Amino acid sequence: MVKIENLVKSFGAKRAVDGISFTVERGEVVGFLGPNGSGKSTTMRMITGYYAPDGGKVSVGGQDVAEAPLATKRLIGYLPENAAAYTDMTVRGFLAFAAELRGLTGAAKKKAIARAVDQCFLASVLHQSIDTLSKGYRHRTCLAQALIHDPEVLILDEPTDGLDPNQKHEVRNLIRELGRSKAVVFSTHILEEVDAACTRAIIIDRGRIVAQGTPDELGRPLDEVFRRVTIPDTVKS
Amino acid sequence: MKQTWVIAKRELGSYFTSPVAYIFLVIFLLLTGFFTFTAGQFFERGEASLGAFFGWHPWLYLVLVPAVGMRLWAEERRAGTIELLMTMPITPWQAIAGKFLASWIFLAAALALTFPVVITVNVLGTPDNGMIFAGYLGSFLLAGAYLAITCMTSALTRNQVVAFILAVVACLFLILAGFNPVTDLMARWASPALIDTVAAFSVVTHFDGFQKGAIDVRDLVYFLSVIGFALFATSIVLRNR
Repeated sequence: MVKIENLVKSFGAKRAVDGISFTVERGEVVGFLGPNGSGKSTTMRMITGYYAPDGGKVSVGGQDVAEAPLATKRLIGYLPENAAAYTDMTVRGFLAFAAELRGLTGAAKKKAIARAVDQCFLASVLHQSIDTLSKGYRHRTCLAQALIHDPEVLILDEPTDGLDPNQKHEVRNLIRELGRSKAVVFSTHILEEVDAACTRAIIIDRGRIVAQGTPDELGRPLDEVFRRVTIPDTVKS
Repeated sequence: MKQTWVIAKRELGSYFTSPVAYIFLVIFLLLTGFFTFTAGQFFERGEASLGAFFGWHPWLYLVLVPAVGMRLWAEERRAGTIELLMTMPITPWQAIAGKFLASWIFLAAALALTFPVVITVNVLGTPDNGMIFAGYLGSFLLAGAYLAITCMTSALTRNQVVAFILAVVACLFLILAGFNPVTDLMARWASPALIDTVAAFSVVTHFDGFQKGAIDVRDLVYFLSVIGFALFATSIVLRNR
């Protein structure tokens, strides 16, 4: 479903993403790991079409993101980093807005909102304004937005960031559940999540893939593997 | 078109869920009242026209329109929601047009609320209502031109205050290019042809025609080109974010 080839993106002199290639098929949950600033978010932003790559190619559902941006964006549900949302709207208003932008109207829109609210446990805050929500609820509201059109591809940038342990557990279960019928890429730096939710993990560092495979193939304990393949940013290069 | 309206609807909603819309409407109406009746000497003029009303609009809008539009893109950037918006299956143009239209509709509503001044002048005398209509059309287009410029400056920054100041300065240039004291100053050294060319870029020059009751195609083209150009520049700025 998602195929990226030789992706390159620079910001000024810094190469944030330096020749990354991988594919994600339907039924896979790929955990995207790496230290802070290793290029995870940048890669995800290129998959969703927010950034244009400097080099390489991204295709989603067989179509090139650069050539058919609208068609590929329709297939993707995206949770951006920090779960941005329009804070002056209510949860329901925000989800309705997302549904309408996705072309859903009338009964289909109502059904989509009800499903997303159910999946993300938002029923109790449905009519609350987003700026009054706690971080966990705000995060789940943005996640619900990504699920509103039941997309085939899910790109989730740190979906469990800022959640309490119970909420983390629920969201991991949800991701695993969704992964049965969709192609899911999610970034994290919590290594237990790889065991809990992923079928495969990709570790990147300084814009390059340094290790990939199923959690078993990568070896255990995972945090030792992670430390071995990445260079801590506390080390002077 | 449908997606454009979805975005416009959200923008309009966000004006009215915050106090911004109400504060703006009250201040706009108070200031138009003050400028028309006190500073514009509406009664002392002794003529049944709205010259005292429209004459102040380029200056009044100079502060008020950037205040309405500064939020449009700067806030999306600050809150990070621009990432959400730009990864939705919509074209950048739909987002730009939706936001612009929402604010323009809001400004049109504010302008429409000045209707008592039209009633007043009709009660007191027999004005040329065609001229008043032309004045309103010009004022609406003038607001649109300032607003499109504000969209552009708002797209440049994540700071609303910076967007506001840049928009005020840009609009001030468009006023001053045709403002009499400035053209008089230029007359000391510039040729009349040059002065006319510079003045042709000014909103004042093109707004004057509407106030006199003339709807000239050239003036329409001017305002629509300013709007079109500024929104096009907005799209370039957003593409290179």
